[in-house]
Amino acid sequence: MKLATKLIHGGPNIDQQTGALGVPIYQISTYRQTSVDHFSKYDYARGDNPTREALEDTIAVLEGGSRCLAFASGMAAISTTLMIFSPGDHLVVCDDVYGGAYRVLSTIFSRMGVNSTFVDATDLASIEAAIRPETKGIYLETPSNPLLKVTDLRGAAEIARSHGIITLVDNTFMTPYLQRPLELGCDIVLHSGTKFLNGHSDVICGFAVVRDAELGQRIRYVQNAFGTGLGPQDSFLTLRGIKTLKVRMDQSQKNTFRIVEWLKSHQRITALHYPGLPEHPGHTIHAAQADGPGAVFSFELDSFETTKRLLENSQLAAFAVSLGGVESIISYPARMSHASVPKEERERKGIKDTLVRLSVGLEDPEDLIADLQQAMG
Amino acid sequence: MNIGTQAVQIGLEWDTRTGAVSVPVYQTATFRHPGLGQSTGYDYSRSGNPTRQALEDGIARLDGAARGFAYSSGMAAIANLLLLFKSGDHIIVTEDLYGGTCRLFDKVFNQFGLSFSYVDTSDTAAVRAALQPSTKAVFVETLTNPLLKFADLPAISAICKENRLLLIADNTFLTPYLLRPLDQGADIAVYSATKYLAGHNDTVAGLVTVKAPALAERVYFHQNSVGATLGPQDSWLVIRGMKTLSVRLDRHQENAQKIATWLASHPRITKVYYPGLSEHPDHDLMKRNARGFGAMIAFEVDNHALVEQVLLKTGLISFAESLGGVESLITFPEVQTHADIPPELRARLGINNVLLRLSVGIEDAEDLIADLKQALEG
Repeated sequence: MKLATKLIHGGPNIDQQTGALGVPIYQISTYRQTSVDHFSKYDYARGDNPTREALEDTIAVLEGGSRCLAFASGMAAISTTLMIFSPGDHLVVCDDVYGGAYRVLSTIFSRMGVNSTFVDATDLASIEAAIRPETKGIYLETPSNPLLKVTDLRGAAEIARSHGIITLVDNTFMTPYLQRPLELGCDIVLHSGTKFLNGHSDVICGFAVVRDAELGQRIRYVQNAFGTGLGPQDSFLTLRGIKTLKVRMDQSQKNTFRIVEWLKSHQRITALHYPGLPEHPGHTIHAAQADGPGAVFSFELDSFETTKRLLENSQLAAFAVSLGGVESIISYPARMSHASVPKEERERKGIKDTLVRLSVGLEDPEDLIADLQQAMG
Repeated sequence: MNIGTQAVQIGLEWDTRTGAVSVPVYQTATFRHPGLGQSTGYDYSRSGNPTRQALEDGIARLDGAARGFAYSSGMAAIANLLLLFKSGDHIIVTEDLYGGTCRLFDKVFNQFGLSFSYVDTSDTAAVRAALQPSTKAVFVETLTNPLLKFADLPAISAICKENRLLLIADNTFLTPYLLRPLDQGADIAVYSATKYLAGHNDTVAGLVTVKAPALAERVYFHQNSVGATLGPQDSWLVIRGMKTLSVRLDRHQENAQKIATWLASHPRITKVYYPGLSEHPDHDLMKRNARGFGAMIAFEVDNHALVEQVLLKTGLISFAESLGGVESLITFPEVQTHADIPPELRARLGINNVLLRLSVGIEDAEDLIADLKQALEG
């Protein structure tokens, strides 16, 4: 089955009892039991909810995993998954990891004895060099946020395997439509489903997908024990959003190419980060592991004044946090997604005060270009 | 203002543009900024969502707290609170505890270096005896699950103040309508809002209230960082449920009192645990410190075979986990809600193979009694 079909028919989307084309919203907390000795698979909705399960099964199919678990947010997916590690364990993490992930790793998990070393993951040698005897995982984002740096996932997974450790990849920017890390040898895929997967900027949700059933069981244990699972209404909305993933992604990506082409020659732009450009340092590696460069890019402007003008005057692109919606969203990493990263650390990583990130939506690209033009002046 | 009135008012003042008396469901992930460095107060729904906030503000007002927090489940709420502690810290916990909480403590947080001592927190001498130099908190269930022991919060709070410990009270069985833990010395109250607060067996949710603003800031940091927040639709349903909190609980309790009295006189019932009965050891204390006895009843039948008969023959009363909804539910704690409690502890507490737990709903009490009667007398 092709992915476009899987998006519509990949999950259990027909209600067995009524034949309804669509999963009912089981707005329920508990289930009536019929036997004292054998409880039904469904006994309490924190553990199992058929609506959430339909969503989980759909994402598992799309990522090529054996199991997916759905969470109340991307950060709930990440933090619940990280609970599989133990005090004394160590992680190697890409240095421009999303600010929210940086925050839980550097404050909460470090306090619980799970420590991280942040490395430039575009360089496989520095990943390898950071591995210690107690290292248990490599945590990656590719393309990264907000600088769209590319990590060779096959290479990183190879290193992990040779050390007997696992690879975790945040695949939020790509979605399984464009990149399937499990097929490249990685072990856990994480998502903020809030972004392209749901795609309508109206739900907060997250996913963890695994190939190995035992690993899935360990994450599932914490999901149930912590109760970080996604609610039924949000599960339903996300399933609904996924049905248009391909058409949305195709159009957003096409729009992105057009806007990037235009910005390239704009006199106020001093740098452009988009793996779809042949001159992007990760272009070749990205093309070898993904089916497209996605619809998020970042660029640097000639001054802070231009940056401020652009952010405040853009009309079509909403100035907001988040990304991956049908609406274009323009954001300012230094004060938004990466505000949790200390300033020196941020600047060392190249997240300057003139850097702007654009998530391209489904508006007509010419309208978006006209809007950016008037806003930058 | 009466708690019931406050509950009805939740979200009512929110929508100044339209005057809508119910807070809108803000099914949004993000919020447009008016300018650089400016915010409407909302940036991203994990950090703050108006629908969730109406619920959070509402429960804070009901509990007399600085702030309230809403989570994707009661367990998510408790897990988030445990992040306040660090490796090496010790916590004293009510021994007669919900199995899911026990699992979270012993199988998840234990692994991260937190240690827990389980004591009978209705016995303040036992709490004092469990103190260690590394003790940082006492976690109690105000009315315990499933054996309905009532915690003497003012007395435990005195021990906590003396030893600079946080007092965390799981007030799920009582809700602010019957007891306000922060008024009686607790620093934090926590709820599985799935139960009486939402009250309809249709939402899984957790709530936390914190008395001190500085501590509330720390809880907010973890709520936002870990992100196990409650979605807008579920937040709205909890608010909707809370509007009937007082009428539901009044009826729940009235029914529970009648059923407990009837059960106590039934020849096949050997023991009834309900604090509303005058022979319950905590009856007088609870009469002084709480506004009611709740609507949870535990009871023992005279032999194990009768357990299955009751569970399968009850018709109006559903055999299902959970509690606190308008529908009556019956469960078998030993293998359901308390399966994660170590068997020795279960035996010592009295969670045995003839114990049943009944969450009394708001059906007519006579119908419920007739249902129990036919199931018991088969």
